[in-house]
Amino acid sequence: MIARLTDGLPPRALALLAAFAFVMAAVPFFASDYVLSVLIISLYFAFVGQAWNLMLGFAGQLSLGHALFVGIGAYTSAALFTHFGINPWVGVVAAIALSTLMGCIIGYLGFRFSIRGVYFALLTIAFAEFTGIMVDNSAWLGGSAGLFLPVKNAGSIDLFNLRGPPTLFYYLILVLTGGALVLCRFLLNSKLGLYWQAIRDDQEAAEAAGVPLFRYKMIAVAISSALTGVAGVWYAFYYNNLFPESTFATGRSVELILGTVVGGVGTLFGPILGAFILTPLGELLTALTSSLQIDGIKTFFWGFCVVAIVLFRPSGVWPWLAGLLKLDGRGADGGGR
Amino acid sequence: MSNSGSASLKVEGLTRRFSGLTAVDNVSFEVPPGAIHALIGPNGAGKTTTFNMIAGALKPTSGDVTLDGHSLVGKRPDEICRAGVGRTFQVVRPFKDITVTDNVAVGALSWTNDMAAARRYALDMLELLGLADKRGALPGSITLPDRKCLEVARALATKPKLLLLDEVMAGLRPTETDRMVATFRRLNEETGVTIVLIEHVMRAVMALSHHVVVLNYGKVIAEGTPEEVTRNPDVLACYLGAEELS
Repeated sequence: MIARLTDGLPPRALALLAAFAFVMAAVPFFASDYVLSVLIISLYFAFVGQAWNLMLGFAGQLSLGHALFVGIGAYTSAALFTHFGINPWVGVVAAIALSTLMGCIIGYLGFRFSIRGVYFALLTIAFAEFTGIMVDNSAWLGGSAGLFLPVKNAGSIDLFNLRGPPTLFYYLILVLTGGALVLCRFLLNSKLGLYWQAIRDDQEAAEAAGVPLFRYKMIAVAISSALTGVAGVWYAFYYNNLFPESTFATGRSVELILGTVVGGVGTLFGPILGAFILTPLGELLTALTSSLQIDGIKTFFWGFCVVAIVLFRPSGVWPWLAGLLKLDGRGADGGGR
Repeated sequence: MSNSGSASLKVEGLTRRFSGLTAVDNVSFEVPPGAIHALIGPNGAGKTTTFNMIAGALKPTSGDVTLDGHSLVGKRPDEICRAGVGRTFQVVRPFKDITVTDNVAVGALSWTNDMAAARRYALDMLELLGLADKRGALPGSITLPDRKCLEVARALATKPKLLLLDEVMAGLRPTETDRMVATFRRLNEETGVTIVLIEHVMRAVMALSHHVVVLNYGKVIAEGTPEEVTRNPDVLACYLGAEELS
């Protein structure tokens, strides 16, 4: 199992990965609260980016409404916790079920009726927007006034109810991101992953070679929405407050995918690299220019990064970097896949 | 070598209309198990449309296609593939971002869930078509004749009982054509796979096929052995041009 996962990775890539994992695990012992919070957000974007990448980068299905699954996961677990006192470890099961169900509904409509490419992306946006409006009008879910999780004795760690200091959430999202990486690596090297890539590259040719398109696209959406739903649970318990307009907005969906676009769509390490480029630089820029009071400087910077990437490195930073550091064992276009 | 076996193909009254234009008009022919048939005719005669209907990429307006007596009409392309029909595309359609081996392994995964077995079988197919040294390359970095071979290797990897080849010799040099012809003949003799090919390269048609069906404006205008067809005055008049046959 382990051997299969590391198969084909050059030793220096493994060593670098191990060193990175070790540094990340040690960070809370010496980093300031501010640095920790930036790393937490970076890891969150890396995790969600990985989940989104599974759909577009592996299976070729573009979603521009992934905030929907974050929102469903977040609101499901938060509502169960605040209204019924159901702990998030049970809540996450319900969150996964609901976000997967929603993903499957969108997938069914899109794939059964051959809604492809940008039209499929529009469908995902539509679902995210109208779910946001529904939550906005639901008093039970707090409506536009927001849903708040009770915050108590922030100092101690209550693992059962996921109440505790940022360090708890740091390790949680670190484990999730690592887990998603391993899962994606495993999937990509399986029959499922090869079928996804065939569909991504040429769906008619894949079908003629025996790939059942509908089933394999549905599996991609199901896994992607389930993972994103888990991210939503983490999001709710980390931030403790949820507002429909900022949770489900299309801007949020775009924010979730920027890191992956910059890092490299379709690569395993692109989502992680991209998140760790964009988030810290964005935060740094915000901090440096805080005296100037420029609203939206981070968004402007991110937009600039995406334009630069599209112009100069359309396949993302990771394939280029991996080729440069000889991490893929195959040359620049292997991209550490 | 693939151990696929043969299947008989029967096309009965196959018709496809595209809003007013009848691309394929009441076409019927039969291919016995293990035979090699060629489908020829001028551009726009409806050859590829016929292939698309056999392979399920296009629904017939009317008519029936049966493989070993079982109707294929209404089935999805992937189901028809797993029923034993392998096809190539006229314009090559490789999976551009995965290796040559993985391109072929996708075909082999139609009968196995074991990735290692699929890749091993893919290598056998690459070996058969003289592509083994390109196994780790991406399709974009190999030559067009090699991509044509890749297309055939992927179709063969599905272990077809019936192989549909859509102009796989077009653009090949005569020596490459001869090599391809030899490969198909060997494949047909050793595994018994039934082959239907669309081809403009008469050198390949004459060398390979037992039987030729000629289409023009969507209709069958002649059929018979290659020698019979090339002597048929209707065929000469509409399509071949006498000097090409010498």
